[in-house]
Amino acid sequence: MVKDKQTIFQKRKIAYFTVFSSILALYILSSIVTEFKLTDGVMAFPEAASWIVHKFVPDAKAFTRFPKIMDRLLETALLSVAVTSIATVVAFIFSLFGSRTLKSHGILNQAVRMTAAFFRNVPDVVWAMLLMFSFGQNILTGFLALFFSTFGMLTRSFIETIDEVSSACVEALDATGANFAQIVFQGVIPSTVTALITWALYMIETNIRSATLIGILTATGIGYLFDMYYKRLEFGSASLVVICIVVLVIIIENISNKLRKVIS
Amino acid sequence: MSEVVIKYENAAGKQNNTTCQDSITCNLEKNIFGKIRIAAHSKSNLAIKILIISLIAISTIAFLTFDYKEINFAEAIMATLHNVKTVFLEPALRRDTVMGVAYQLFVTFCLGMLATIFGALFALICSLFCAKNISHPAAATVIKSFVAVVRAVPTVLWVLIFAVSAGLGSVAAVIGLTFHSFAYLTKVYAESIEEIGAGTIEALRANGANFWQIVCQAVIPATLSYIVAWTFMRFEINFANAVAVGAAAGAGGIGYNLYMAGSMYFDLHEMGFLTYVVVIAVIILEVISTKIKTIVR
Repeated sequence: MVKDKQTIFQKRKIAYFTVFSSILALYILSSIVTEFKLTDGVMAFPEAASWIVHKFVPDAKAFTRFPKIMDRLLETALLSVAVTSIATVVAFIFSLFGSRTLKSHGILNQAVRMTAAFFRNVPDVVWAMLLMFSFGQNILTGFLALFFSTFGMLTRSFIETIDEVSSACVEALDATGANFAQIVFQGVIPSTVTALITWALYMIETNIRSATLIGILTATGIGYLFDMYYKRLEFGSASLVVICIVVLVIIIENISNKLRKVIS
Repeated sequence: MSEVVIKYENAAGKQNNTTCQDSITCNLEKNIFGKIRIAAHSKSNLAIKILIISLIAISTIAFLTFDYKEINFAEAIMATLHNVKTVFLEPALRRDTVMGVAYQLFVTFCLGMLATIFGALFALICSLFCAKNISHPAAATVIKSFVAVVRAVPTVLWVLIFAVSAGLGSVAAVIGLTFHSFAYLTKVYAESIEEIGAGTIEALRANGANFWQIVCQAVIPATLSYIVAWTFMRFEINFANAVAVGAAAGAGGIGYNLYMAGSMYFDLHEMGFLTYVVVIAVIILEVISTKIKTIVR
């Protein structure tokens, strides 16, 4: 017994040591490759913090631009809600054909899964730059770039949800002789609606952040405004943009948390 | 003849009387189309309905108020299709060697790795003081709100903010990526710690275990599999973010190459090649992460 205990503790020690040393090795390798110096990072931190506190605060000029910032912020918020709503509908229709539960045709099934994987894995920056060539500095550039990545992400999640949640009731409906539409409307939608909405709410939050990034690349929305002030070194106004984004994201997060509690 | 009176109150479930008399009259609730209502009145159904209606309304408002700048939609779509064909069907590498691209991919990988290591380390410590069941509720609330604010700022903005004092480069990129990872991981770690059974912690407390003993003997063993799974998921996100940050903030790695190919040289063939490299890398990471999740569980 005593010997067993010793080996257990020894094994645990060895396991901890292996994990710790491999993380350390990864850290050292990564720092060498990226030329990251921990000392620089640590040194930069207090400097950056004091810079944020002193310079990165809204000044008087920033507040005169507040209406303009709110205008762009509203545009970005509307964009991410619209993108997510449409992507939810399209992704749901696609996921019906991608799920194994509904026994759609094997080739169709694979095709949907491949399409979803493709759209999910191509980075949204690539979509943004690609669409810039044809759509230019237009809100539709951001819309489509966000739509493609949201669609890919949601289709995969919906397929998983349908396979997980609805298999029992789909089988039951199938046994009663229900047709495809009846199975979808009476079985799949009622059993997955909560999960679908939770995913959609999560994607709205994510898309507001992504919209900022895409805005920087495609010169639209709130991202463009931040980038413009940032490059003109007007940090007061840039900080007000950041504060507005934070407030918006937190409001949306709170609303969706409340909704999730009511729904589930 | 017999009369059937059905009093049907389904949501509250108080009454369900059936009386048989001479003629048949049904008092079933009907909707505006004259169909018998079969779903229960409930707060959650109402919430779902309101939410769906408001999402449709907001989307409609969005499309009506967008400034489309008189774009020729058909022409733009045709041009997009042509570009998509060039990017995805005719990828080619002209300005760089395969080894060079592989090295840049490795740089992005390492940026994501560093941000994940730092983020996970700080998040692990912070989440212990942020989980309501083992920490003081006031401390938990304060840390949770702080973390929510940090999380609300998009990663690329963190990188740009730190780039002002640290200069554009790996330091700003790593710190910026770390901030968002830290905030995200603190939240998910704390949530998995809060799911530990209250009995385990109570038993240890009753034995006189102190905070660190509870952490080492109950919290970490119980949550380890979740922590590993979440950390790997975050690593995947960090890799994608490192690509995005490289493109939008010029922070290096393959994202920067993508940005140069797409926005400076307008070389769609090169962009296609780089995109495929990123996509393959992401798929490999996904496969590894799924394997690790199954091993840990």
